[in-house]
Amino acid sequence: MIPPPPPDPATPRTLRPHGPLVIDIRNVTKLYHMGDETVHALRGVTLQVHRNEYLAIMGPSGSGKSTLMNMLGCLDTPTSGHYEFNGKDVSSMEDDELAAIRNREIGFVFQTFNLLPRSTSLHNVELPLIYAGVPPNERRERARQALDHVGLGDRMLHKPNELSGGQRQRVAVARALVNHPSIILADEPTGNLDSKTGEEIMYLFDTLYEQGNTIIVVTHEEDIARHARRAVRLRDGLIESDRVTVEPAAV
Amino acid sequence: MNALARLFYELTESFRIAWAQIRANKTRSMLTALGVIIGIVAVTLMYAAISGIDRGFQNSLSMLGNDVFYVDKWPWFGAEDWWNYINRPAIEVRDAERLNRIVEDTPKSLLDVAVPRAGRGCSVKFGDGRVDGIFAFGTTAEYARISNVDFVEGRLFNEIEDNGARAVCVLGFDVAEALFPHRSPLGETVTVDGHPCIVIGVYAKQGEFLGLFSFDNQLVMPIGAFSKMFGTRRGVELQVKVKDQTQMGAAKDELIGAMRRVRGQLPGERDNFTVNEQQAFKAQLDPVKFSIFAAGLIVTSMSLIVGAIGIMNITFVSVKERTKEIGSRKAIGARRRTILLQFLIEAVSICIIGGIIGIGVAYAVFLGVRYQMPSFPAEFSVVLVLIGMTASVLTGVLSGFIPAWGASRLDPVVALRYE
Ligand SMILES: Nc1ncnc2c1ncn2[C@@H]1O[C@H](COP(=O)(O)OP(=O)(O)OP(=O)(O)O)[C@@H](O)[C@H]1O
Ligand SMILES: [Mg+2]
Repeated sequence: MIPPPPPDPATPRTLRPHGPLVIDIRNVTKLYHMGDETVHALRGVTLQVHRNEYLAIMGPSGSGKSTLMNMLGCLDTPTSGHYEFNGKDVSSMEDDELAAIRNREIGFVFQTFNLLPRSTSLHNVELPLIYAGVPPNERRERARQALDHVGLGDRMLHKPNELSGGQRQRVAVARALVNHPSIILADEPTGNLDSKTGEEIMYLFDTLYEQGNTIIVVTHEEDIARHARRAVRLRDGLIESDRVTVEPAAV
Repeated sequence: MNALARLFYELTESFRIAWAQIRANKTRSMLTALGVIIGIVAVTLMYAAISGIDRGFQNSLSMLGNDVFYVDKWPWFGAEDWWNYINRPAIEVRDAERLNRIVEDTPKSLLDVAVPRAGRGCSVKFGDGRVDGIFAFGTTAEYARISNVDFVEGRLFNEIEDNGARAVCVLGFDVAEALFPHRSPLGETVTVDGHPCIVIGVYAKQGEFLGLFSFDNQLVMPIGAFSKMFGTRRGVELQVKVKDQTQMGAAKDELIGAMRRVRGQLPGERDNFTVNEQQAFKAQLDPVKFSIFAAGLIVTSMSLIVGAIGIMNITFVSVKERTKEIGSRKAIGARRRTILLQFLIEAVSICIIGGIIGIGVAYAVFLGVRYQMPSFPAEFSVVLVLIGMTASVLTGVLSGFIPAWGASRLDPVVALRYE
């Protein structure tokens, strides 16, 4: 069984009660070996995220935000420590088991969108459903709904190079949503967008949060982080602070 | 169930991607496919030639008959110590009669019938027409029991004509065609090296024996008539038909014993005749055939290997170019198998396209060759198309596997970082 978290003055237990635990990582470290040098990307991070939280991960460049995000998203495994996702121990899982978790439980949104360049929006959004074994008709229907949901009902047959940056990111959000994941992970989703378009994407995340989704956004912009309800600050691979932010005005 | 469905969706997705990928890189894909096209053209043409040659061999051998022994003074092959054979007494026409009598008197004989056959080259004339290099041979009416060649018209001579040594003959197809274009030669009198002879039949077309000798350039007459025209001092050959093809060995032993009695040989004396059979030809031909096969295999596999290297190279390039895409796909749930299949199918698709074009080109070449050289024994068949397609799919799988395997093992984080 998992030992109780060590008392950590930097992590005050002041959070309001949430739904069931989705993410539970304890004392996770990640080392990278570069020749003779060892980089400590994460030095012992402990973090719990419950259903329907809206979390911002912040910190200076190189503090380990992306590394933590990849770990949370089951793209990477920790060097040491424990990770339970929805009650399942993922730190010891095989590649293909992790792929199944990513497919069903996690929706990724990347800074660089990462859409398939030669496929339409519709097909890009269908892709996770293909890997999930959903039959074609249902797949198309759900992809349509997801695109409608992000306001791109009229851009289904456009390819990424026929869309603006903001629209591309919306397609990516639709793709992240389409398989009804337990959590949506966005690593600097507004990093490649101008501030107005970035705001629009953040409003989209706000709406998704209101609708009951669990969202983690990595950013180093305070403006962006203000959308979230909880802010975790990293420094040198350690959590520096973890607190509930001021509730934003109701939309 | 769901796993199967998923595999199916992954496969269709992979084909879709492969097709999109090929269309997006038309020139590159076509150049790569060119290597496969050349390889497949080589494979199919070589196979067409080899199977044609093999078929030619088979046909020629079956003309000799697999149930017939040939009793000669000389062995067909391998008579190096010729002094052992040169003094053998010639085989005579009456040896056949004696042999038949012994066979009749033997209960449960494995042998059916023996006929003598004497032959020589000659020229045949009719009116102003003349054909040279015709092989005339004389035999008995019982030849009908050994030969199963069809007649275009007419018949073989009967026993009465045979016994009476009547000057009648059956013409090979080409002889009849040359001397009697657009008309029937039946009842006409041709001259065989100056000797008149009435045509009573024409054989159907039979083809060539190993390209050396055409059965359609022959002429058959009663052995008595042959003897009167040309003599049989040089001896004849006996063709002996066997009752049961599956007992050739025992039949051969019986034949040797019977021949020794015919020839009045003493126990302990060496046979003064040789029993030849189709098998001897086969033994001679097999090594030739094998060398042709081996050479063909080497040449074609070389050209396919060159094609395969091209495919492997392009798949490596494709994996490199799309490393980030591999990362994205893995992030949204593609498993190792998915990625492996995707790149394998891409390699296989190019090979299939190359294979289809290659088979088309080979077929065109084949038609051209057949038009120019009708006698070249090449063959084009469904089997050939299957072999061509199998070869191209295998090329794709084998050459695409290493790059596709590498792609499937990529660490998603590393792949996503790739610029
Ligand atoms: N694959 C890798 N190999 C070696 N070192 C790595 C690797 N990935 C990350 N690092 C190192 O780990 C540390 C944390 O990197 P990470 O990408 O998590 O930072 P980040 O907080 O996301 O920074 P940024 O805001 O610039 O994106 C850095 O020092 C980085 O150099
Ligand atoms: Mg980062």
